Amino acid sequence: MFETLMLSRIQFAANISFHILFPTITIALSWFLFFFKFRFDQTGEPVWMRAYRFWVKIFAITFAIGVVTGITMSFQFGTNWPKFMETVGNIAGPLLGYEVLTAFFLEAGFLGIMLFGMNRVSARVHTLATLIVAIGTTLSAFWILALNSWMQTPQGHEMRNGVAFPVDWLAIIFNPSFPYRLSHMVVASGLTAAFLVAGISAYRLLKGDDKKAPKLTLKIALTVAMFLTPLQIFIGDMHGLNTLEHQPQKIAAMEGVWHTEKGAPLLLFAIPDEKEKTNHFELAIPNMASFILTHDLQGEIKGLNEFEDNHPPVAPLFYAFRVMVGVGMLMLIISWAGRIQLWRNKPLPRWLLKVLVAMSFSGWLATLAGWYVTEIGRQPWLVTGILTVKDAATDIAPGNVALSLSLYLILYIVLMTAYLHTIFTMAKRAVEIEEITDDEKVKPVINSVNTKESSYV
Amino acid sequence: MFEANSLAVIFVALMGFSILLYAILDGYDLGVGILLPLTQKDDSDTMIASIGPFWDANETWLVLAIGLLLIAFPAAHSHIFKELYLPTAVLLISLVLRGVAFDFRAKAAFSHKPTWNKVFKAGSLLAAMSQGYMLGMYVMGFEDTLAAYVFSLLSAFGVAAAYAYIGACWLIMKTEGALQVQAVNWAKKTGVLCFIGVVAVSAVNPLINPDVYAKWFAWPTTLYILPLPILCFALFVYSQMQLKLLPAHNDKGCWRPFVAAVIIFALCFFGLAFSFFPYIVPGKLTIWQSAAAPESLSFILWGAIIVVPVIISYTIFSYRVFWGKVQELRYH
Repeated sequence: MFETLMLSRIQFAANISFHILFPTITIALSWFLFFFKFRFDQTGEPVWMRAYRFWVKIFAITFAIGVVTGITMSFQFGTNWPKFMETVGNIAGPLLGYEVLTAFFLEAGFLGIMLFGMNRVSARVHTLATLIVAIGTTLSAFWILALNSWMQTPQGHEMRNGVAFPVDWLAIIFNPSFPYRLSHMVVASGLTAAFLVAGISAYRLLKGDDKKAPKLTLKIALTVAMFLTPLQIFIGDMHGLNTLEHQPQKIAAMEGVWHTEKGAPLLLFAIPDEKEKTNHFELAIPNMASFILTHDLQGEIKGLNEFEDNHPPVAPLFYAFRVMVGVGMLMLIISWAGRIQLWRNKPLPRWLLKVLVAMSFSGWLATLAGWYVTEIGRQPWLVTGILTVKDAATDIAPGNVALSLSLYLILYIVLMTAYLHTIFTMAKRAVEIEEITDDEKVKPVINSVNTKESSYV
Repeated sequence: MFEANSLAVIFVALMGFSILLYAILDGYDLGVGILLPLTQKDDSDTMIASIGPFWDANETWLVLAIGLLLIAFPAAHSHIFKELYLPTAVLLISLVLRGVAFDFRAKAAFSHKPTWNKVFKAGSLLAAMSQGYMLGMYVMGFEDTLAAYVFSLLSAFGVAAAYAYIGACWLIMKTEGALQVQAVNWAKKTGVLCFIGVVAVSAVNPLINPDVYAKWFAWPTTLYILPLPILCFALFVYSQMQLKLLPAHNDKGCWRPFVAAVIIFALCFFGLAFSFFPYIVPGKLTIWQSAAAPESLSFILWGAIIVVPVIISYTIFSYRVFWGKVQELRYH
């Protein structure tokens, strides 16, 4: 059956894939919440507070799953990939350490006040706590992406006796792929949260909710998505150019280019064949890949033949990349269609609301597909040019890894079912709750906010 | 810049500090989870509300402790957690389950609440027991003998009792009325169990580790270290005496058992740390053999010097915000 290496890879992939879903939402949802709370402080309009109260609960549950599933990661580096820390621990350690010190504690420390402290601190302090949580989640993305990018494009270190030692921390943190990967991920988080907010708001509208809050949040989410999708496409393009420069084998696999060619076509669909080193059933736009990647119709793209056996597996990259781009294009069309409809002051048609509900978690699909492209695209290296995945693996008995992996998989299925069920239960419940009248309007930025509709515990 | 040998000592101290804080802070909230009754609904809401604003930050100390072990002593990290691979998996899964149960019980369909309460209780208990088991295996030097497994199992119950004890003391401080009376009873019983556990670990530790024995029973060190067990014993007695007086008029001294429990935790921790220092893997690896590169440790230390005091101050701020009895916490 499977040996320890393969089981460890599956386990790590399962853990990190499941984990990343939740931070992807919370990184941006925290900024949505800060915006709602800030607008409430400014205007005193109860609708902002209602939007805040509904979404802060979804934030809390998402954040909790993110935190607890993240703890598993800090153990696995040592248990399943001991050589990783032994070889590059001097670089990875401090970056992870700064993430814990500056980000995790900031989030966790102020989360209590954000969730439970509204009646215990002034409105300003509460808004500030919300802002600090948002900064914390973003800082966490900063550090972890610095480390991940360093593993893709390492620099600023020197090797002594097979161990990496830091030389220039600024060069390590701001390694070549870092700015692109960070912005790509942060915007991905923005889109994931925007489509979640839009989808759940649309769900409430479909269930007959005629309150202001879901309409308002739907509008905000569509506005955000409308701006972020083109921005994401632009950043993605820049990221691709950067990858072409530093990891050309990854691009060759993504585009299914087996042999170096000039004027390479853009493959919309194909079935890559690793054995024959060719593609079947190609559906292509001539010269387009060269144009996108080199901004020249006749530009040369290095093929996989130049990297011999030192390149990642082609099919997973090829498909995952197309899934990501496909979801992105769908997001572009739907967000613009929806926002233009709202701009013309027309209600969204039911079919569009249904599409939005179906796309509630589309950000997850695109984010995961994107991560698979970049992470599988790093193979066979764990840290490019320094350590291969194979060499980093542990010597634990495969039976133990198989057991822990099975436990994790069962856990994740249960958690995902419970999470999705709960989110939609909360949305349904929100439909039934009556709207408070305008004379109950609470005043902004005054100590102790009206507590009528607050019910957290 | 810092010198390599002192860096290792600084980092093991920082890590020890995190582990101790974790044991105290997550100890009381795991303890509250262990004590959660499955029948009385109102009590369970109050109990969970008492730890609601804190549990997340409490668990972050575990991430920091494990992170520091990983960063500063990578060889020890992989050695220890490879030995403890399966108990670690159980610990992680329990922590995940209880963390999500905390949120799901309040937000899922009402009919599912009793189920999530059970998950919360079971997750808390299993997390505490797996930590105890890991501590037992660590003390026994990861031996593959029947005695080691029996001792580790004993230690699992000991740690669960200790967490339940500090959790009960927390509830005495944070609640009133019938629940407070109930918490006093819990504290009395779990305090005795915790005491037995501490005595058992203290007795077995020097008996099976000749190095530990030599450390504790070497003149004149014994004289310096003697106040530690004496003080610990005195605190257990003091705590039981206080518990007899509680709940008192005007709620006088409701915080005393908790403070006593915190000091007991600290003393036990120092006892263990004293036993093993400078070994980080008992009998195998010292902190100096397994420390990471000084340039990396210096880089992170500067950050820690600035950030840790900030973390401590906003942690104190958060506890001040939620000061007092838990009833005020619930806003319906």
